Amino acid sequence: MRTEDLIKALDADASSKAMPLRSAWWLAAGAAIVIAAVVFMLTIGPRPDFMVAAHTMRFLSKFVFTIVLAISAFALIRALSTPGASTGRAMVGMLAAPLLVAVAVVLELFMVPEALWGTRMVGSNMMICMSFIPLIGIGPLAVFLWMLRYGAPTRPVLAGAVAGLLAGGLAATFYAAHCFDDSPLFVATWYTIAIAALALLGALGGRFFVRW
Amino acid sequence: MSGKDEAELSRLLRAAIAGDEKAYADFLHRIAALVRGFVRRKIVQGGVDPEDVVQETLLAIHVKRHTWRQEAPVLPWIYAIARFKLIDAFRRRGRRIEIDVDDIAETFAEPETETVSERDINRALDGLPPAQRSVVSAVSVEGRSIGETATKFGISETAVRVSLHRGLAAIARRFGRE
Repeated sequence: MRTEDLIKALDADASSKAMPLRSAWWLAAGAAIVIAAVVFMLTIGPRPDFMVAAHTMRFLSKFVFTIVLAISAFALIRALSTPGASTGRAMVGMLAAPLLVAVAVVLELFMVPEALWGTRMVGSNMMICMSFIPLIGIGPLAVFLWMLRYGAPTRPVLAGAVAGLLAGGLAATFYAAHCFDDSPLFVATWYTIAIAALALLGALGGRFFVRW
Repeated sequence: MSGKDEAELSRLLRAAIAGDEKAYADFLHRIAALVRGFVRRKIVQGGVDPEDVVQETLLAIHVKRHTWRQEAPVLPWIYAIARFKLIDAFRRRGRRIEIDVDDIAETFAEPETETVSERDINRALDGLPPAQRSVVSAVSVEGRSIGETATKFGISETAVRVSLHRGLAAIARRFGRE
């Protein structure tokens, strides 16, 4: 088939419509939040003293970390799924959540006596944390990988990893409402491991599933 | 030159997305020439046929045109897709190449030259279900309109459009997988 012939076929298909990628991303984000919320409520649900805990800095700080991660990953993944879009600023934005966690860890180390550091870090929920963040995040990750297929990421492995971070940030936001371990030491350790697992899974998905 | 190209191509693609077939044909011809110039400059050693990459890029641009943000410049979008498809073509043949981002400005449009070699797209076309294959061939190689194709096969125009759209999408997917 000559290129000239191919152009005839493409032109004849000009009227086919697809939702603009940007709108589709918002739709996907909505769907992912609903999926995560349903899985969360059907499994572990929020902790009973949620309203009381909501007055403490440590509890609230967890949401700051996870929501900042989700928002920055959402900005980056939208750029990564659009060919030719600049990603520099969104890449820098990805540093925000780790930096906030780092600052919180340093503050915690100042405020908590050294003898308690170990207990705070190990907490009481690490297995639940490491299993439920991936469990809540797996549905959203599937949605985001599907969206990457709908888009056109020129760096699919990186885009897949960011899909994992986005799913992780979202899942961790819900999980944080359940978990009694509010210390930044706990968050910096176990949340990171759980979210990294989703990022790795996302990178694999990007490598083998996101072809276009 | 690039600034004028940019404005004109953006205008054409916007019109095409709004349903203007004439604008789309114009757009596709122009970017085919641009991408051809880009790809030919990049392929210095053998193994990859530039025209195969041009065709893959055109298909990708077609099936991914919803990823273009209408207020963003169109040339970086086009070249990002062309570069991706070029790297992909080398990767499939077990080679790696580095492509400089900056030298797209020096690209010149080039016309298609006749070749006798078997095209990748023909293999992808042969892999389609018979109904889609015959519709895509009728519209492309035989140059029939949607209406003529519908009459030829005794099916509705909508059915022709659906088969054409699915066939093109399947060919584009096949390119990505090979």
